[in-house]
Amino acid sequence: MTSAKDDRLVGRSVARREDPRLLSGRGRFVDDIELPGMLHAQFVRSTVAHGTITEIDLTRVRQVPGVVAAFTAADLELGDITAQLGRPLSEFVPTAMPVLARDRVRYVGEPVAVVVARDPYLAEDGLEAAKVTYAPLPPITCEEQALAPGAPRVHAEAAGNTLVDVGLFATEGIDEIFDQAPCVVHVDVRTGRQNALPLETRGAVAQWDAREEQLVLHTCTQTPHQVRTVASRCLRLDERAVRVIVPDMGGGFGLKCVVGREEIAAAAAALRLGRPVKWIEDRKDALSASFLAREQHYTARAAFDADGRILGLDADVVCDMGAYSCYPFTAGIEPLMASAEMPGVYKVPAYRVRGRAITTNKAPTAPYRGVSRPQYVMAMERLMERAARELRLDPVEIRRRNVITDFPYTGVNNITYDPGSYLESLDLCERAVREAGWYDRQAAATAEGRHIGIGYSCFSERTGYGSAAFAQRKMEVVPGFDLAEVRMDTSGAVTATTGTISHGQSHETTMAQIVADTLGLDIAKVKLHQGDTDRITYGWGTFASRSIAVGGSAVRLAAGKLGDKLRAIAADEWGILPEETELDRGRVRRRDDPDVALSYEHLADTAYLKSHLLPKDIDPGLTATAVFDVHNDGTFSNATHGVVVELHEGTGQVEILAYFCVEDCGVAVNPQVVEGQCRGGIAQGISGALFEQITYDAQGEPSATSFMDYKVPTAHEIPEVVIHHLETPCAFTATGAKGAGEGGTIGAPAAVLNAVNDALRPTGVELDNTPITPETVHRALIPRTPEQTP
Amino acid sequence: MNDTTGLGDDVQLITLDVNGTCYEVITAPRRTLVDVLRHDLRLTGTHVGCEHGICGACTVLVDGLPVRACLMFAAQAEGARITTVESLADSGTGELSDLQRAFTAHHGLQCGFCTPGFLMLAQGFLAERPEATKEDIREVVAANLCRCTGYQTIVEAIDACATARRSQRAAGAEEDSCN
Repeated sequence: MTSAKDDRLVGRSVARREDPRLLSGRGRFVDDIELPGMLHAQFVRSTVAHGTITEIDLTRVRQVPGVVAAFTAADLELGDITAQLGRPLSEFVPTAMPVLARDRVRYVGEPVAVVVARDPYLAEDGLEAAKVTYAPLPPITCEEQALAPGAPRVHAEAAGNTLVDVGLFATEGIDEIFDQAPCVVHVDVRTGRQNALPLETRGAVAQWDAREEQLVLHTCTQTPHQVRTVASRCLRLDERAVRVIVPDMGGGFGLKCVVGREEIAAAAAALRLGRPVKWIEDRKDALSASFLAREQHYTARAAFDADGRILGLDADVVCDMGAYSCYPFTAGIEPLMASAEMPGVYKVPAYRVRGRAITTNKAPTAPYRGVSRPQYVMAMERLMERAARELRLDPVEIRRRNVITDFPYTGVNNITYDPGSYLESLDLCERAVREAGWYDRQAAATAEGRHIGIGYSCFSERTGYGSAAFAQRKMEVVPGFDLAEVRMDTSGAVTATTGTISHGQSHETTMAQIVADTLGLDIAKVKLHQGDTDRITYGWGTFASRSIAVGGSAVRLAAGKLGDKLRAIAADEWGILPEETELDRGRVRRRDDPDVALSYEHLADTAYLKSHLLPKDIDPGLTATAVFDVHNDGTFSNATHGVVVELHEGTGQVEILAYFCVEDCGVAVNPQVVEGQCRGGIAQGISGALFEQITYDAQGEPSATSFMDYKVPTAHEIPEVVIHHLETPCAFTATGAKGAGEGGTIGAPAAVLNAVNDALRPTGVELDNTPITPETVHRALIPRTPEQTP
Repeated sequence: MNDTTGLGDDVQLITLDVNGTCYEVITAPRRTLVDVLRHDLRLTGTHVGCEHGICGACTVLVDGLPVRACLMFAAQAEGARITTVESLADSGTGELSDLQRAFTAHHGLQCGFCTPGFLMLAQGFLAERPEATKEDIREVVAANLCRCTGYQTIVEAIDACATARRSQRAAGAEEDSCN
């Protein structure tokens, strides 16, 4: 029950309520927090990739002026961070991640000791005085080394350096399908190791509140309740004795959805010293010693009939997860995601996949925006392109013949896809590229000897994973539901809580739009609380594009319940039934006589201050709680991206000339915010396709420790993006919305890679790996004599 | 425990002019301008993203020109006029400036961490080059890093602000010529 349709806020680009404070320097990020007597922590980190620690000597550290304390693992005696899957040892090997390395280091940058000083400069001075001696072990720096027979082990318990090894689906008769298919194509796709790179590095401020008998941990995390769980276990406190508060957060992109070791160590130091302790990660540590992402290898083949219809898919996926399993997702997050969802938007009748997570002596990984989907979409789209070439089909036409068109569709992967606009988005995207004249320009440029290419990617973005979907992966910690509370105070103002936590996604605006519409209330009357484990009963935070789909639904349901209560109080006052009333612009009115209405202020006054007037079956107060979970396979946003690139001889530069995105995330609660998510996601996808990579040398030393070595694209490299919206409302979320957080990142790498390959068509070279370096493009463009043509 | 004394021997008293207010700060010579602004003066609107002069989150104006406050020692800023993001909105009413309003109208920020740097970059640039084209603006925006927006809406916001300022000036000039 809401106000008149044209008053509705959902669907409108309402101005962001976060903006005034963020624009005027009044935001509060972790590093903005200053507490009396606060100390500053930094970490002594391993300088070797693999080794046993023979001695940690902090004597000189403790003598540095301004250093207050220095602790090793032995000093703090903390519990380990251990992420679990409920799978047999043949499929999953659990490994413990100590908060500080105890006797063994497994990557350059692993924290070995924490130094606490009066100010951050003095803490840095302290680090320089630390002396740690290692007995080096041979480092495992790549998949080939990790899987080599007899390779040294990163974790003694993980044979073959394999943490996850799962074979799924294996449709009966799949080998015969490949044997008999008229067309079988292969790809070998590798994606580079990246950093999700929120511009705000990680950080925490920990303080023991003696009056509340509680550790207050301010930290920039996407999963505050999960940090609370780990902190309480590692520090051996009851959960209620830990309060995690998330202030404004400068991006996360997945890097902050796992529990870090440093925030726990900083908390332990604060407890030990009885003083507040702040830790702010510097960029060097953020680049090389926090959580990395993305490094995967797909060996895949697909069988097609003569008309280009896919008959089968057979894939081997290896994800290099680095030194440790991340909490709560485990090293299974990437291979299990890829294995479950690789068929994507295509009708794949037969499927077999092996998904593995391997461990190496590199910084551990977290599930970065997109999580395996950018990679498997790349592999799928390469297979499509290769088959199109083999069968002499137009690349768009072969996709048209394969995308799912009848919904709901249950795939060979046992996932049921809710309705989307896979074919419509593909057609619209191609039309947009054509109508902008790019096919004509490409032809003209080719005639001039220039190298212009057009590439597409079609994909869906599974969002709104409920507990059922995570349970299917056999996670021991099963995310999914979200819980919201909506309450009205005596002034008629509303506070909503959500278990999700915005860090750029604009939830203070979008969730308020949902509440305001549901209650028929001025949005100025609605305030969202998030990211505080004492204020929010429970939540799973923000990741996997769950916030609007799941969190927004919970908020919608709770607001609806509160509206019902307002109507019941008004109906009682009038002596009519609640059904005979409706909500209207801050009032409850009679349906039979809409001019007769009671304001929310009046009803709130009754509910709190004159509760003796309430009937027996209505409790005093105005508060409502609702939980939303997704009991099916979630909802699928979808999109097609179309990219035009020009390759430059000599420099090997890939210039993006035009970028088109046709997206469908169901009901767009705030279209401007959705477009912002698309553009930002696409920029990150382009970053992965063309620029960013952290490599390691043979000793396991990371190549990129500053922005001089890690190329983050600027406004020079990121193009303008033309966005078209389609809207296939979701039937089972409370708002019709699907998630929209990751699509841009998922679609961009494949589309860019396909466009580059289209431009390279005359050379005969095809590229399968990202990042596509200038050197690779330069080499591909060097004119060859006919004998040299590969 | 060495947590007894103040700042140590090697300190100096400096005077900083920030947003028109004069501050006396006792600080060590190695402290950067951004750390003094943020932690000594508690002007936390200016952010730190990399500490090596690449990301531009710490951009402030020094004598009207955009500067990376992480690459400058506080002592070097003595005698200069320093302007930070806190100066942009009206100090009395809190009303946002035209540039800030353009950022919100064009959704030129998401997490908001890099935003003060872009605002000060644009503030300094438009003061010097009010006639800047959208291409010029894109060139300047490429000086800083943003991880959320993909830059397009930042460029559009600054361009819209520049365009509005130009048409306002033109209208003002026309009015003058009528009188």
